[in-house]
Amino acid sequence: MKTAKSGKVVRYNKWGYIFLIPFIVVYLLFQFIPLVTTIYNSFYENYRSGLTQIGPNFVGLANYKTIFTNGDMMQYAKNTLIMWVLGFIPQIIVSLLLASWFSNPSLRLKGQRFFKTVIYLPNLIMASAFAMLFFTLFSDGGPINSILIQLGILSQPFKFFSSATSSRVLVAFMNFLMWFGNTTILLMAGMMGIDTSLFEAAEVDGATSTQVFFRITMPLLRPILIYVVITSLIGGLQMFDVPQILTNGTGEPMRSTMTLIMYLNKHLFSKNYGLGGALSVVLFIITAILSFAVYNFSNKQD
Amino acid sequence: MNKKEKGLSVGARRAIAYVVLVFISILCLFWFYVLFINASRSNAELARGFTPIPSTNLLTNWINLSSGRAATVLPIWYGLFNSFLIAALSALFCTYFSTMTAYAIHVYDFKLRKFMFTFILMIMMIPTQVTALGFLQLIGKMKLEDSFIPLIVPSIAAPVTFFYMKQYMESALPLSLVEAARIDGSGEFRTFNSIVLPLMKPAIAVQAIFTFVTSWNNYFTPALIIKSDKKKTLPILIAQLRSTDWLNFDMGQVYMMIAFSILPVIVVYLVLSKFIVQGVAMGSVKG
Amino acid sequence: MKKKAISILLTAAMLGTMLTGCGGGGNTTAPDNASTPAPAADTNTNTDTSAPAADTNTDAAVDTADEGKVLNVYCWNDEFKRRVQAHYPGYEPDAADASKGLIGDITVQWNITPNDDNAYQNNLDETLLKQDSAAADDKIDIFLIEADYALKYVDSEYSMPLADLGVTDSDLGDQYQYTKDVVTDSNGVLKGASWQGCPGVLFYNREAAKEVLGTDDPDEVQTYVSDWNKFYETAATMADAGYDMVSTTNDTYRVYSNNVTSKWVDGTTIHIDDNIMKWVEDSKAMVDAGQTKTSDLWSDDWKRGFFPEGKVFCYFGPAWLVNFSMAADEAGSIGNMGGWGAATGPQGFFWGGTWICAATGTDNAATIKDIIMQLTANEDIMKDIVVDDDDFVNNKPAMEGMASGATMVKDENGNDVEYSSKILGGQNPLGMYCEGAGSIDLAYLSIYDQGCNEEFQAAMKNYFDGNATMDEALDLFYKAVIEKYPELTK
Repeated sequence: MKTAKSGKVVRYNKWGYIFLIPFIVVYLLFQFIPLVTTIYNSFYENYRSGLTQIGPNFVGLANYKTIFTNGDMMQYAKNTLIMWVLGFIPQIIVSLLLASWFSNPSLRLKGQRFFKTVIYLPNLIMASAFAMLFFTLFSDGGPINSILIQLGILSQPFKFFSSATSSRVLVAFMNFLMWFGNTTILLMAGMMGIDTSLFEAAEVDGATSTQVFFRITMPLLRPILIYVVITSLIGGLQMFDVPQILTNGTGEPMRSTMTLIMYLNKHLFSKNYGLGGALSVVLFIITAILSFAVYNFSNKQD
Repeated sequence: MNKKEKGLSVGARRAIAYVVLVFISILCLFWFYVLFINASRSNAELARGFTPIPSTNLLTNWINLSSGRAATVLPIWYGLFNSFLIAALSALFCTYFSTMTAYAIHVYDFKLRKFMFTFILMIMMIPTQVTALGFLQLIGKMKLEDSFIPLIVPSIAAPVTFFYMKQYMESALPLSLVEAARIDGSGEFRTFNSIVLPLMKPAIAVQAIFTFVTSWNNYFTPALIIKSDKKKTLPILIAQLRSTDWLNFDMGQVYMMIAFSILPVIVVYLVLSKFIVQGVAMGSVKG
Repeated sequence: MKKKAISILLTAAMLGTMLTGCGGGGNTTAPDNASTPAPAADTNTNTDTSAPAADTNTDAAVDTADEGKVLNVYCWNDEFKRRVQAHYPGYEPDAADASKGLIGDITVQWNITPNDDNAYQNNLDETLLKQDSAAADDKIDIFLIEADYALKYVDSEYSMPLADLGVTDSDLGDQYQYTKDVVTDSNGVLKGASWQGCPGVLFYNREAAKEVLGTDDPDEVQTYVSDWNKFYETAATMADAGYDMVSTTNDTYRVYSNNVTSKWVDGTTIHIDDNIMKWVEDSKAMVDAGQTKTSDLWSDDWKRGFFPEGKVFCYFGPAWLVNFSMAADEAGSIGNMGGWGAATGPQGFFWGGTWICAATGTDNAATIKDIIMQLTANEDIMKDIVVDDDDFVNNKPAMEGMASGATMVKDENGNDVEYSSKILGGQNPLGMYCEGAGSIDLAYLSIYDQGCNEEFQAAMKNYFDGNATMDEALDLFYKAVIEKYPELTK
């Protein structure tokens, strides 16, 4: 591929810049300026008390010191990680399973189009509306509790939103429902790219489907799986709307479901550009490190 | 999981697959059913908690929402139009210009190419919330309040979509094709529009639906930017319905409004799903 | 080569979509803010279809010649708009555009931003801060506020003293004092006015009262709940009989927080009033004794007591709660059967209400003055509101007339009858409301009330649920408040 880029191509290269103009202009205007403002603000005391503006007063690294010394950030990072893992594990397992079925010609599943379409649908409901439905179903006197009581599993209603574990599981479950469809389609695309002659050869050799899956599919899928893990981790770092809405922004109980971005959002209430800015910069650095990991990985593939 | 299937016949595995698929489909569709039920119940019935049986107020809720008192304050048809306009234009701008950006990086070997690619990769990871405050200040300074521009134009710079397009091109767009077009005398811009874009259709469909849905469901930014009634989008109207005063507070209408808001996305999704489901797979086969 | 290309595509597809997927949440939709929908009792007749109150005996004789041509009104729902439309003389709605109307030759522009996600205040704040530099026709003229955050705006230079509009104290002499306390700044200057009163009482389940206390007579029931000691004694009795005293711990919160003897913030130090701490102790005891739950207001679990099988003895609330929010139109609900009774309860309190403020810099002072005068101080108009709308207005003579039976209302056959509430089993609760409205004393408001009250209840839920000790819950409260108001200290 690389060899094609020589000779004649060079004189067209100014077009590279021309085609980049829309992106660059819009990016600089709508994202870069706000970003620079954010970084700049992180060195200032700058917030709104009621309608009174406090600052900006230069405070050096004081905002960063606050963030790292009060210990909150570590707890919210931990929460974020736990909820991400709880959602990601079922997501990857179910997606792998479904993708392997969809891409397995010997199963000849009917209605694939229907199933492939349906698994995306939960993503179309607004997270806020989705959360409203969850509240209704999982309330103390709601249908989930009454079913569990009628089945004799519980003797009295379980308060789903008063326990750290169940709250986190519900957040993870919602995330799982909203995103496993994406993962499935992508994995499926990956599996369909595998040379089918490999499967046929394995079948001739008498390999079971389990052996095929672990010996052929998984190794060939490995690069994608690694991508899934890394990119989903970065996505997980940005986890916000589901726990925010499910806990009404409180991260209850005892902030066990508060994520990093929810914490950042707390500072938006007082327009706290200083602390919020510092938190943003820290988040940005973490994500930048992760994104470099992704970038280096993609380079290796070339 | 697959271990259990060891030695199972194709028929048995197929049966298991169907059972799991049906279960998962129910899990996915269940929420639409709950929404439908709630949209069919009156506010007072909703106070009783959830029941699995639809009630009789579906039409009443719809009439209240579309032509009752709410209609005079809740311009739902304007909302539908505005949401559609913003989401469709965002999707169009986002996919077209992201493809163009990806094309620039993919095809041309200019000096800053590597730098630009790394740069875009980096900014891809910045959470939206990080710059939300600065963004709003900026919109204020640019006097773009109550305008659709800040809701549509920023979608031109969408690093995530760009990255997807770029990677897709790696396998789906051989440079020889561009070369051939040049030999035929096609201008760079024309090559992009008439040769590259059609090739990218599946990828564009995938990203179009994502951008569309994200924009369609966005409440945060529009709520702070849009002020006049006729420019409001559906999520703002839902929020407005929920903060209505006591006499008119009606959860039945809220659920009906949510259902009304979701329906068009489902339609758009179903239309595009053919590309989404097949598109990714098609692309890989092509490569 | 082919394989490599495929794997790149796959990884790319993966990456791209995962990011879109997981990162897409950047645009937050609002949390369900149903816990604070704008409380506002309102018309139960459709005022839209009835003729605008042009027949009211006062004509809007305001000289608007030197006024600005646009009156910008900022609010979070259309309640005030409908109120103006139905009762303000001379207001004409714009048939083509619901967000516009006319008063004389002044265009009224309604700017409605919903409450969700604090969007209303965010929007109002940004616009107010630009008030100075805005063009005359873009300046805010009127904005509406709620009690929880009233002082944030009242105790600022962005709201105009009513005296500067030409509204005198004696003009508002018939209003209930607490409605003025809410909008009086720290220097004692009155900055707003409300047309409604929202005094609260205790609504009890008559069946439960008969079953457990042996009577459902309001005066008799009152003796069981006349102070907190008796209230909690009754709670124990109710629990023995299988009833929750109140639906959740949050039901009693307002009654305590309206009767504090100190402010939330002393200088810049967060201070918890003794009465608030008493709420914590009393509530914890109730939860531990199984006499109530800890659900949020407006949740399905909170609403369970609207129905007999929910087994809740009482709710605290104003008229709009029982009239509009307790599922009275649903067969089988207590309200539908006329099964509620009203008693004064242990202490007076209020819940809800909307206040009108004039923004500094307005060029429509005369019009604003007239709107405030007509809607909040004109006894005739306010009586119309009561009679038409089954509402509790902020006007002592009008309400006392209703309470005593001197002012009649129309029944469904158009006959004049004394006011009584079907939901309350034929009781006329207005005397009780009047008494409550007169007794509320709000001397200890601060600009931090909204944040403090919200965060305090949220933090204490952890303590009540046994997820935290009281100290841990208090620490969480301090932390959350300081996040919202960085200038405060513990």
